[in-house]
Amino acid sequence: MELETIIGLEIHAQLTTKTKIFSSTSNCYGAEPNTQACVIDLGMPGVLPVLNQETVRMAVMFGLAINAEIASRSVFARKNYFYPDLPKGYQISQYELPLVRDGQMIIELEDGSRKAIGITRAHLEEDAGKSLHEDFQGLSGIDLNRAGTPLLEIVSEPDLRSSKEAISYMRKIHQMVVYLAICDGNMQNGSFRCDANVSLRCAGDQRFGTRVEIKNLNSFRFVERAIEFEVERQTNILKSGSRVIQETRMYDAYKCETRSMRSKEEAEDYRYFPDPDLLPLLLDECFISAVRADLPELPDAKKQRFMTQYSLSSYDAGMLTSSCALGNYYETVVAELGGNPKLCANWLMGDFSAFLNKENREITDSPVTPYQIASLLRRVQDQTISGKIAKDVLEALWFGEGNVEADSIIEERGLRQIIDTSAIGEAIEIVIESNPEQLAQYRSGKGKLFGFFIGQVMKILSGKANPQQVNKLLEEKLKE
Amino acid sequence: MSLEPIEIRKIAYLSRLDILDQDIPTYSRNLADILTLVEQMNDVDTTGVVPMAHPLDMPQRLRADEIGEISELINREYLQAIAPQVESGLYLVPKVIDY
Repeated sequence: MELETIIGLEIHAQLTTKTKIFSSTSNCYGAEPNTQACVIDLGMPGVLPVLNQETVRMAVMFGLAINAEIASRSVFARKNYFYPDLPKGYQISQYELPLVRDGQMIIELEDGSRKAIGITRAHLEEDAGKSLHEDFQGLSGIDLNRAGTPLLEIVSEPDLRSSKEAISYMRKIHQMVVYLAICDGNMQNGSFRCDANVSLRCAGDQRFGTRVEIKNLNSFRFVERAIEFEVERQTNILKSGSRVIQETRMYDAYKCETRSMRSKEEAEDYRYFPDPDLLPLLLDECFISAVRADLPELPDAKKQRFMTQYSLSSYDAGMLTSSCALGNYYETVVAELGGNPKLCANWLMGDFSAFLNKENREITDSPVTPYQIASLLRRVQDQTISGKIAKDVLEALWFGEGNVEADSIIEERGLRQIIDTSAIGEAIEIVIESNPEQLAQYRSGKGKLFGFFIGQVMKILSGKANPQQVNKLLEEKLKE
Repeated sequence: MSLEPIEIRKIAYLSRLDILDQDIPTYSRNLADILTLVEQMNDVDTTGVVPMAHPLDMPQRLRADEIGEISELINREYLQAIAPQVESGLYLVPKVIDY
């Protein structure tokens, strides 16, 4: 019996609006508990939700980016359930008439082929608050700052056939929402999270098997592991002749397993109905066209353009188009330098990205401008400085004050590369004279000592010599 | 249309209403009457009628994404004054864990 894995993902992306979806309270992450929860977020009697226009714009933008149908009329519904982090007793969501329908996302499979994954729908809804179960002796602490945070729930078709495909799809959605600047994509803070529906069926079957929903996966790795664990678990059940029970499971990251959540009695009976507090959302062509006009060049298109225009590899182009800001930064550097796109790519993905990571900064608030990077790379390109020295200059630019160019740092610190053959020759003489023992060993066949000599020469020249040149001159000298 | 006691208990549970067993027949009868009324509507020909999502024939107005003024309507101390129990700015409730 050969089994086929069927996976569908429900992704929740928190939208980066200034205020909540239905109230004018700040939507900023990390405030003191309950300081960003107004009477509407708390579900006090007599309050009315008013829809935030920006959430609609963002959802429409996402819909257009995935080639979906944008509903000219969509309706908000109440999803009823009782939980302390949901003070109203219902979540305002969209049910029968979502804002976005029938989109798709192209993913790249491991063998390089492409596959279209259907997106059933994407709808707007509000997030719930947070429950803290520790430290309160039998009680739970409730922080309602997150209540009312706008969410875009993105539901895929059951088109995914492996954990690899699921991750690939999830990465593309993540890239897209970050790219469109509608979600910060921060998975640790829960801005981007995922539920996975997993089922198995005999290969060739048309009908789906019983599915299990795995809740609240907040990292790519967890999604992959949880799906893999679940596939194995269900395979064992089916191979032993038993049946899979439809249930909700949670992933335990410490034990790397999924566990049945105590099946909430009647939990699936949400009794959706149109929210009488909100009128139907009508969008005209004018609104949709305006959003379409604002749509940036999309990641796939930009990646293709980078590959042809800058002759970059698929990998490099993919990295540089991972966010809109990085792509723009890169293009500014290349334009300013006037060419050498590969050199720019290497530096941005290498040392520059390393700095951003180390300093925990986004590219949008990098202290080094693309113009400064270009000024640095200009001197790498014309060999005024070596790659190694260039790293020091980058550091100086990073921590330097004001908008200085690489040239002034190079001059100030005397970092200009030594290409004067006689200066290098002199250094070589000194090293050879002061290390007769190593010289004898080298000449009797201990070739590894070549590196030692290089190191000594570079030390005398404060690392400023051109390595290739030192290599060549040293080689000649040692042969004498 | 009649409702079995088990259905009445389910509806009560979903609404978090603690009802007495002795009242179940009354609820059953009342709810069945309402359902009978609803069933009558099934006889109406609704071909071509767009389902109504709201009694008002108006579109939803949208709000600009601007932070509102700070007032007591977002003041934690003010709002938590009516909470049974708070600690470190959190509302405390009986522990509910799903798993």
